[in-house]
Amino acid sequence: MLESKGIRLEHISKIYQDPKTGKDFKAVDDANLTIEPGSFVTLLGPSGCGKTTTLRMIAGFESPDEGEIYLGDQPINELTPNKRDTAMVFQSYALFPHYNVFDNVAYGLKLRKMDKDTIRKKVMDILELVELGGMEGRMTNQLSGGQQQRVALARALVVEPSVLLFDEPLSNLDAKLRVSMRTEIRNIQQRVGITAVYVTHDQSEAMALSDQIIIMNKGVVAQIGTPQEIYYRPKDAFVANFIGEANFLQGKLVSREGHKGVMRIYDHQVEVENVEDFAQDENCTLVLRPESATIETEGQLPCEVIMSCFMGSYQHYHVKVGDVVVQITDFNPRYKKIFQVGDRAYVKFNACDSHLLKTV
Amino acid sequence: MGDGSFTISHYLEKEEVGMASKSKSASLDRKKLLSDPVMVGMIVILLVFLTLFICYPLFVLLIDSVYTEGQVTLDVFRRVLSMQRFRQAFGNTVVLGLLTSLLSTLIGLLFAYVDVYVKVKNKTVGRLFNIVSLLPVVSPPFVLSLSTIMLFGRSGIITRSLLHIYDSNVYGLKGIVVVQTLTFFPVCYMMLKGLLKNIDPSLEEAARDIGASRMKVFGTVTLPLLLPGIGNAFLVTFIESVADFANPMLIGGDYDTLATTIYLQVTGSYDSTGAAAMSVVLLSLTLILFFVQKYYLERKTAATLTGKASRARMLIEDKSVTIPLTIFCSLVAVFVIIMYIMIPFGALFKLWGRDYSLSWKWFDYLFKYSGFKAFKDSFLLSIIAAPITALLSMVISYLVVKKKFKSKGFIEFVSMLAMAVPGTVLGIGYIRGYANGIFHTGIMSGLYGTGLILIIVFIIRSLPVGTRSGISALRQIDKSIEESAYDLGAGSGKVFMTVTLPLIKDSFFSGLVTSFVRSITAISAIILLVTPQFLLITCQINEFAEKGYYGVACAYATILILIVYFSVLLMNLFIRFFGTSRKIKEEN
Repeated sequence: MLESKGIRLEHISKIYQDPKTGKDFKAVDDANLTIEPGSFVTLLGPSGCGKTTTLRMIAGFESPDEGEIYLGDQPINELTPNKRDTAMVFQSYALFPHYNVFDNVAYGLKLRKMDKDTIRKKVMDILELVELGGMEGRMTNQLSGGQQQRVALARALVVEPSVLLFDEPLSNLDAKLRVSMRTEIRNIQQRVGITAVYVTHDQSEAMALSDQIIIMNKGVVAQIGTPQEIYYRPKDAFVANFIGEANFLQGKLVSREGHKGVMRIYDHQVEVENVEDFAQDENCTLVLRPESATIETEGQLPCEVIMSCFMGSYQHYHVKVGDVVVQITDFNPRYKKIFQVGDRAYVKFNACDSHLLKTV
Repeated sequence: MGDGSFTISHYLEKEEVGMASKSKSASLDRKKLLSDPVMVGMIVILLVFLTLFICYPLFVLLIDSVYTEGQVTLDVFRRVLSMQRFRQAFGNTVVLGLLTSLLSTLIGLLFAYVDVYVKVKNKTVGRLFNIVSLLPVVSPPFVLSLSTIMLFGRSGIITRSLLHIYDSNVYGLKGIVVVQTLTFFPVCYMMLKGLLKNIDPSLEEAARDIGASRMKVFGTVTLPLLLPGIGNAFLVTFIESVADFANPMLIGGDYDTLATTIYLQVTGSYDSTGAAAMSVVLLSLTLILFFVQKYYLERKTAATLTGKASRARMLIEDKSVTIPLTIFCSLVAVFVIIMYIMIPFGALFKLWGRDYSLSWKWFDYLFKYSGFKAFKDSFLLSIIAAPITALLSMVISYLVVKKKFKSKGFIEFVSMLAMAVPGTVLGIGYIRGYANGIFHTGIMSGLYGTGLILIIVFIIRSLPVGTRSGISALRQIDKSIEESAYDLGAGSGKVFMTVTLPLIKDSFFSGLVTSFVRSITAISAIILLVTPQFLLITCQINEFAEKGYYGVACAYATILILIVYFSVLLMNLFIRFFGTSRKIKEEN
């Protein structure tokens, strides 16, 4: 078993020059992160949000303009990538095309001046782990995309780094392979017990893999949390919108008691929960996931159906509440009443499924 | 007022914050760089090498021509400019450059157009095109001058033996223009061919579809797209023509160009300050052209012709177009090939123009009189220079493409600059810069007159070519391949040796052979620096041709062509059997 270390980013900023305007901008702005040893953490965000820059700063390819990065307790700002105890799996696999599978995986071990037998054993073991046993003699261009990615993973794992870094490693694979590979990556990471930092823009990948998700937007860390926290308790509209689908309904908190309260939306009183952070009579926004609400003949919010579409596993509705369009996905609709366009109905949801945001 | 000053100071403050924090990453990058001794060592070596052997000699020329006896003066320039000979040479050089590059570009364009656009059924024609495109790589200088003299000179096989013209005169402007055009048009052909291939055929098809005739399409679509590229080819040829020393020397007669005038100023009039001033003029001319070409036209070409052709082009089959074009190009190609064939015959015939019976007497003569030494010296110096050049140019390309550091711009710029420096100018720079040591202080004066300085000249002269090919090879390689090696624990030196170099093995090897070929066929700078203890093939050819011993000159040239030919053959074999690029290409 290898010794995995945590990572700490303290007030990390990175300034780039915009090639078009020539102006400086912050690609990463005052990021503070603590990544626990052995955990799988995903940096998630739209392209240009600074996630890859953050990863490359951890690897040492980029240098931060502010702050300090720690690997375990050691500050590593001044270390070059080859002196850092991290190993990276690249988006393009970055296998050495002039080496076969064995030599690719053995590269890092040879640099560590191990003797031949140890190298051979370690390489064979790790190839077995990534299910590439017997492939060691192949050239890398004779492998499929998924196999190449496994070689890249093996090459990074075999040097037993304290931290494994992934830079969108699955984005070059087709959709099906992506799903099976991410399960495999997660399994291997847990079996080895290594700290992993994973960059992706694919939210389902982040959900499936992570202990913690770090959502970034325009260089700023928007939220850090478990997949459940991020999904059910998004801190702002960006996070709510970025992860899954979300409906936003503006209103006012008219009464509160403990964690329960009543919100007024278009003259309708709606029971909500999780109101601890809000004051009486404060304007707020209700976040409602499409699958946590249904359409019924009676409920909290009257509405008019403007789209109704059968999608197999669910019935997809667009309904109008006041002048806001709300999406609703009603699962397993086979024996339920199907509403048609123009029908008047009610949006119904449980108070415990509600989540409030500050109105800005 | 108050408002305004607030905004400005506010702005400044903001700017300052930005600068301060940006310098942190810069200083971290510097620290990281410094912790990599191989890389720092390499950069320092390169900086010293390039400064000493490119910047310094050129700088010395400038100093020499404006600084005499402790004061800055334009006297030398005034003296040189008032020389009738110099003014004549300047005019000659420009006229020659214009004519040669105009003709070369035209013929090159025609070849490229036929190659890319015209359906040629005959396989021999295709092979002719191939040979023509290969020739500039393998051709020693003044081979074409030699054979032109032998074909059309006073005792030329065509002029005298066939047409019975006894007072034919090939020397002078017309001779040089013909020879230079035949030497340089293949370069234009290759440049323009690459560009034509990148034109998307659907652009032209769209114009045809709307109703434009083929001529109209060429004039309104193809040509405008190609125009910056044509300008580029024109200037590259212009620079080559202006810098050419060997051909004007051999076939120029009394038509002196700047390059030959400078040479004569040193070797004939022993006036090296005058030569320095002349060199500054010649250098300024080529540098201006180089900057226009490199920083204006090359960019424009890249901007207009970006994408790859989306699909195969419908080739022109119309016989009224294909037949005249094919015939013209084939004739030119056959003519060039005949000129090369003339060389071995020139060496084998007993007496050119009089006695066409075969004999070994010129080869015997060659080997009896120091021929062996010439081949040994040339071969030895070139074979030492070649691997150094190849390695240096790969290192430079690696640093330029894959690394960031402060002096990177300088290294890239200076190694490319060497391309625009005519050999004669470099030669004079070395004489002025090293004959009495650095800045005439006697330091490093031991270098002058040695084989080492010849090797250094060889390296400097081939460096730009190797670097250019290295850079384009490296740009094809995904950056993350090297990053992953770096990330796994390899230092820069290790990354370069285990990953970069094996991946650009082809480029390295072709750089090796190219610099060997360029070195063994070099003359312009070398002829000024070579001392009697070294005999070089090219200088021997020049000497014998000057004296009119064409048989010996041809014997030398024949062996030189054979050496070059086999080197290139070896290179192609190596790339076919051990090359990596095929594997990498398959993967992509």
